[in-house]
Amino acid sequence: MEFNAVYVIVAREFKKFIREKSRLFSAIARPLLWLFIVGAGISSLVPNQTGVPYTQFIFPGIIGMTILFSSMFSSISIIWDKEFGFMKEILVAPVSRFSIVIGKALSGTIVSTIQALIILALFPFLGFKLGLLQILEIILICVSLSFCISAFGIVLATFYDSYESFSVIMNFIIMPMFFLSGAMYPVKLLPDILRILAKLNPLTYGIDIMKHALFPDASGNMGPDISIMTSTAVIIFTSILFVVIAGKLFERKG
Amino acid sequence: MPIIQVENLVKKFGNITAVDDISFEVEEGTIFGFLGPNGAGKTTTINILCTLLSPTSGRTLIAGHDCISESSKVRKSIGIVFQDTTLDKDLTAYENLIFHAYLYNIPKAEMKERVDNVMKFVDLYNRKEDLVKKFSGGMKRRLEVARGLIHRPRVLFLDEPTLGLDPQSRTNLWEFITTLPEKHNVTIFMTTHYMEEAEVCDRIAVIDNGKIIAIDSPSELKKIVGGDVVSITTTDNIHVRKEIETVFKMSVSEKNDELYMTCSRGDTCIPELIRTLGERVLSVRIQRPTLNDVFLKLTGKTIREEETSGSDSVRESIRAYRRRH
Repeated sequence: MEFNAVYVIVAREFKKFIREKSRLFSAIARPLLWLFIVGAGISSLVPNQTGVPYTQFIFPGIIGMTILFSSMFSSISIIWDKEFGFMKEILVAPVSRFSIVIGKALSGTIVSTIQALIILALFPFLGFKLGLLQILEIILICVSLSFCISAFGIVLATFYDSYESFSVIMNFIIMPMFFLSGAMYPVKLLPDILRILAKLNPLTYGIDIMKHALFPDASGNMGPDISIMTSTAVIIFTSILFVVIAGKLFERKG
Repeated sequence: MPIIQVENLVKKFGNITAVDDISFEVEEGTIFGFLGPNGAGKTTTINILCTLLSPTSGRTLIAGHDCISESSKVRKSIGIVFQDTTLDKDLTAYENLIFHAYLYNIPKAEMKERVDNVMKFVDLYNRKEDLVKKFSGGMKRRLEVARGLIHRPRVLFLDEPTLGLDPQSRTNLWEFITTLPEKHNVTIFMTTHYMEEAEVCDRIAVIDNGKIIAIDSPSELKKIVGGDVVSITTTDNIHVRKEIETVFKMSVSEKNDELYMTCSRGDTCIPELIRTLGERVLSVRIQRPTLNDVFLKLTGKTIREEETSGSDSVRESIRAYRRRH
């Protein structure tokens, strides 16, 4: 692996992220809308029976959503790079395809973790009392989930080469992944077919571990329902799988 | 040993043959041109040499390295300026070049100096902190050439480097490109469909429908046409025409009241004509053969006609094929 190449791919993405203030602003605005407007609206319908108020229940889901959108957008920027030609500059360089994939996945991880942490910082306003260990645990989850989703986004991006495909990805992949992740409602209450789809979604496992970390004592419908071991294993395994697939797809030539 | 060796290269996209069994060699330190209409197979060949495409069959070597099995060594030895811009418009000129320096693993200690040097060479040093989106077409192209030189490649590929530039930037860019082999010790492999531009080459391969139909120096290629075209207007075309045909044994044609003839050397032919015809000659015009005439002679069509006909659809179907696979 070429570390200089990985470093510079990440540095480029980070520099552009810092420079585009509007991108950061809208990336933060979306979860805030869901958290304080949609969340407040729905919480009036949901009786607080299990000790977890609805506004707290959706908090891990909204962090997961932040990660989903920012990781995906970061990886989908590969399609822009293809459309505007910059990808060719990277592809003709003496750099292994694996380094390119790692560089892109780490770019998504960093940009996405930063945004997730901004949302996480809101926890006192939602009535959470978190210890340092809990916060570190959540940061670790954010980093690994961001990497996993970014790698998945890279796999997707290899199939498209024009930005018209963006709305397809948005409507048929990103939104269903969000709605089938247990972010807004517990997966266990979904009809069978939807529950199976949710179990195929890596985001479900990321959000579930966050539930373990945020409300470890909650049981019943509002609490976590997958073991920490299973979720950790799924995220690590799918991350590796996506990186390998993305590497192979990048290697493929016409 | 030639720096580029291509042997029996074939590239098919489905049932379209984009490159049809071509072979050629390029000597180190020369400017080599690939000349042909759009869709002739120029860019496909470049993409194979640059390791972006694998060939259907045949062998390509750059600096002795095989483009497939030793692609990493090939990539280190080449610099490329693609047909379409491949700069990041949201980064500054300097950032674009530093990105490149990291990708090619240039030692940190040398990085800044090398980048500054190439920017001075293309006369963009005072614009280094500007975002690329503020640059004109000509500046972008120069910046891309500079970028392609940072890692000191042995071959620099230029795919239609002047496409979309205004005439003045075009002339400037060519003046600059012709200094590269000497100043940067690099071999230039370029493609163009502008005949006038191919004249800067030491050797030219004329390519049409995926095949090389001629390969030689520009002056040798021009000899294919058979010489200069001399045209005269006279007081009495009918008699003068007969006289030239009998005295000079040349075939003469007449168009728009002008008499046309082809002589191997126009510069010595004209004085003789005037000496013989005397005051009947009203005006004389000489036209040197251009590479366009060469292309016309070789293929029976001009390069511009070709541009609007079948070639675009070839390009489209290749693009569609690549999307499906």
